[in-house]
Amino acid sequence: MDKNLSLYKNVWVFAEQRQGKITPVVIELLGEGRKLADEIGVELCAILLGKDVKGMAEEVISYGAEKVYVADSELLENFTTDAYTKVITDAINEIKPEIMLLGATHIGRDLAPRISSRVNTGLTADCTKLEIDPEDKKIKQTRPAFGGNIMATIICPNNRPQMSTVRPGVMDKAVKDVTRKGEIISLNVRLTVADIRTKVMEVVKSKKEMISLTDANIIISGGLGLGKAEGFEMLSKLADKLGGVVGASRAAVDAGWIDHSHQVGQTGTTVKPNLYIACGISGAIQHLAGMQSSDLIIAINKNSTAPIFDVADCGIVGDIYDVIPMLTEELNNVEDLMKMINK
Amino acid sequence: MLFKKEHELLQKAIRDFVNIELDTLPAEMDKTGEMPRDLLDKLAKYKYSSTIVPKEYGGAGADYLSYAIVMEEICKKCCSTGTYVTAGSSLVALPILNFGSDEQKQRYLKPLALGEMIGCFGLTEPGAGSDASAQQTEAVLDGDHYILNGRKCFITNAPICDFAIVIAMTDKPKGLKGTSAFIVESKWDGFSHGAHEDKMGIRGTQTSDLVFENVRVPKENLIGKEGIGFKIAMNTLEAGRIGVAAQAVGVAQSALDEAVKYSKERVQFGKTLSKFQNTQFTLADMETKVSAARLLVYDAAIKKDAGKKIDHEGSMAKYYAAEIANEVAYKALQIHGGYGYIKDYPIERIYRDARILSIYEGTSQVQQMVISGGLLK
Amino acid sequence: MKILVCVKQVPDTTEVKIDKEKGTLIREGVPSILNPDDANALEEALVLKEQYDDVTVTVVTMGPPQADVMLRQCLAMGADDAILLSDRAFGGADTWATSNTIAAGLRKIGNYDIIFAGRQAIDGDTAQVGPQIAEKLGIPQVTYVQNFELNGNEVTVQRQLEDGYEIIQVNTPVLLTAVKELNQPRYMGVDKIFAAYKKEIPTWTMADLDIDADQVGLKASPTKVFKSFTPAPKGKGVMLEGTTKEIVTKVIVQLKQKHII
Repeated sequence: MDKNLSLYKNVWVFAEQRQGKITPVVIELLGEGRKLADEIGVELCAILLGKDVKGMAEEVISYGAEKVYVADSELLENFTTDAYTKVITDAINEIKPEIMLLGATHIGRDLAPRISSRVNTGLTADCTKLEIDPEDKKIKQTRPAFGGNIMATIICPNNRPQMSTVRPGVMDKAVKDVTRKGEIISLNVRLTVADIRTKVMEVVKSKKEMISLTDANIIISGGLGLGKAEGFEMLSKLADKLGGVVGASRAAVDAGWIDHSHQVGQTGTTVKPNLYIACGISGAIQHLAGMQSSDLIIAINKNSTAPIFDVADCGIVGDIYDVIPMLTEELNNVEDLMKMINK
Repeated sequence: MLFKKEHELLQKAIRDFVNIELDTLPAEMDKTGEMPRDLLDKLAKYKYSSTIVPKEYGGAGADYLSYAIVMEEICKKCCSTGTYVTAGSSLVALPILNFGSDEQKQRYLKPLALGEMIGCFGLTEPGAGSDASAQQTEAVLDGDHYILNGRKCFITNAPICDFAIVIAMTDKPKGLKGTSAFIVESKWDGFSHGAHEDKMGIRGTQTSDLVFENVRVPKENLIGKEGIGFKIAMNTLEAGRIGVAAQAVGVAQSALDEAVKYSKERVQFGKTLSKFQNTQFTLADMETKVSAARLLVYDAAIKKDAGKKIDHEGSMAKYYAAEIANEVAYKALQIHGGYGYIKDYPIERIYRDARILSIYEGTSQVQQMVISGGLLK
Repeated sequence: MKILVCVKQVPDTTEVKIDKEKGTLIREGVPSILNPDDANALEEALVLKEQYDDVTVTVVTMGPPQADVMLRQCLAMGADDAILLSDRAFGGADTWATSNTIAAGLRKIGNYDIIFAGRQAIDGDTAQVGPQIAEKLGIPQVTYVQNFELNGNEVTVQRQLEDGYEIIQVNTPVLLTAVKELNQPRYMGVDKIFAAYKKEIPTWTMADLDIDADQVGLKASPTKVFKSFTPAPKGKGVMLEGTTKEIVTKVIVQLKQKHII
């Protein structure tokens, strides 16, 4: 690392790709990177490694990168720690970015620490918030620690680049605009087969398995208020649309409408998803004990005094058979809906 | 109670074990009455079921304090599993360890400690409960064998045992001084067990009668010598009380833990139960008694480890801890109200499990006899 | 074959409580445990020890003297030796300085074939120290290892990805970070616990390592904690009102804001 920090300029985003496709988190990094670059008053750049990367480079530009540094080589087709570390470290030492963002993916979290160690700079893992200090234009990186019990804001005052891996799904996506222009700059790849000590024999995609209740990020649960077993088919449709699974209260299980394996609560499974929608569940103490740590709880119940509303973030007093089908339907038109609201 | 570092780590170790292995299993075992062999194998592998058996016989070679710690922690999760463990690691192991020949130790104690064999201990008979002198089971010498006839009842592990320690009369006119202890293999002709008892609690443990019809027991399977059967049994039960007393402390502690948890969750009259002074006083009472019981148990264990006789201390520990377990389970269930009476909450099972503790391995009344006997002699 | 396992003593984050006023952790009464992923790392080393005759397993940690109990736990699970890297000067280290210190310790042990570490520690969740140690030692790494096979000096592993895994071959010496899917860690045996306390655990301070004072601890850490705070508590929930259509729209806006859709 160069001691003269003023030599370091611009915000870089690592344009992670797998099998020739840009990873979704890159769009989020470009969205966030744009804000940071504008606040500092510098350029937003991307660094892209792979084989036959031109198309991807143009895609990255359409999401707002002003420059894309590309390394195009057979040896970079699949990610390997050794090859990617070497090429990116060389580029950092030569071009000197002041901020470097990587997605906190299984690739980003393998690569970033290796790079930071080699260029002797700091790295903050799995950030959920990034801000530029208006005074000194340095980056403040906020991340959860201790199992999310505490948030820590980290700075990297005397080393460059300031590096972060960023948690996927947190930052706003950049908006695509194919009319954007940007510069594609080829990096000089100094790499031989001998540099790469790990050999990727095979990449295996696993079939999407049925997610268990415990692992599910989204749970749509039904209770006695559903009134009949068929109600769970309706919940199932909503769950499919959201990529979640169906849960149930003990009362619904006891009524024989759904199998015990779906039961949430004291005698069932304790869950902590990002989203829990409780449909027609009044909220007996056993049920609440099993789900009240969920991040976002939406409760729908006809009875406005149901205890479930005490733990809900959003309460809806109404008929599930009105709300759920319409919600399922409207999820098809989210983009239109958001545009309408934002107008 | 301040532990040495070793015992502290042991406590953590057994907690790690039960938190994973006995998470959902206790409720299942209560329902099915089956204790998975896999669990028994794991208990043996990590030497949780052979704490006090010396290393040379495949055990952990640890002390009685360790045994108490292991029993307490297992029983905080599952009283049934505790009963299985105490049956093997003290009731079956100790007669062979303390009175058996080296050959018997190699042949039975070692496989027992290693989990390759399951044992059971037969003293109680249909007509000889607290009154052990009313023994009817008889062993008659016939050449190189004893011919064993009789029936033992309420025997833990009987349906799954590979061998049994059996107390039988060899010289009836001498009464208790005419009893002897034998190691009897379940595969021998004439050995059978009765039906699995449909118990109120500790439903995960296998309990039945043992039936002997002209079982030919080789002479070398006599433990020690003729006439000391009752002495062996009493010696075994005395040391075993540490295990059962620790079991009771574990059960009591689990009931208390459930009560504390529930009282912080349950809201009535606009506040959690824990905010009512009535609840607070009840919990304070429970906590104090559980701690007092624990100190009695550890005191007995430490004295035993120091080579002292603990007939008095062991009985006090077993008596008090068993009574407290029942009292605390009762109060904990009361705090749960109606929810405590249904199987959704563990306290329902804990309450039923606790009931055996003041009955088996010497009823509370037998313990009182022992305690007052020491006092008034 | 010499296997080193990097472990860390961490507070059990499921039991951590927060001082809401100060925004700091209340460490009092929070049990310290062997970091879960590190237990998987140790287990894999112990499996190798069972499979081959000539394997020794040494666990290494950097931490305060209180980390002794965790090292005893590793011994009670079956490790041969344990080494504690402990010095006031090591304190306040970020991942860069931590890996620098641990790498110096591992270099002093020397002649290792495989270094296992957990993927990440549950207190910091950074997953950085493993790769940074590998870099400082100049050896290859494979992170997120969910399956492991050894054939001579060739290691074949499955590296977990978000949507599957890749099969990777690499020669020793190599550093591997374990995920929980790799195995089920064993428990401590009663007999091994007492044996563990009969063993000597050497403590290596800065003077024992080939490293300078400005290469360790807070001073050598490129990152600093600017502040820490507790996440804003969940406010009281709101009741959504209006027509069904209006309510559904509000729900969708919520889901969008939370990046759920």
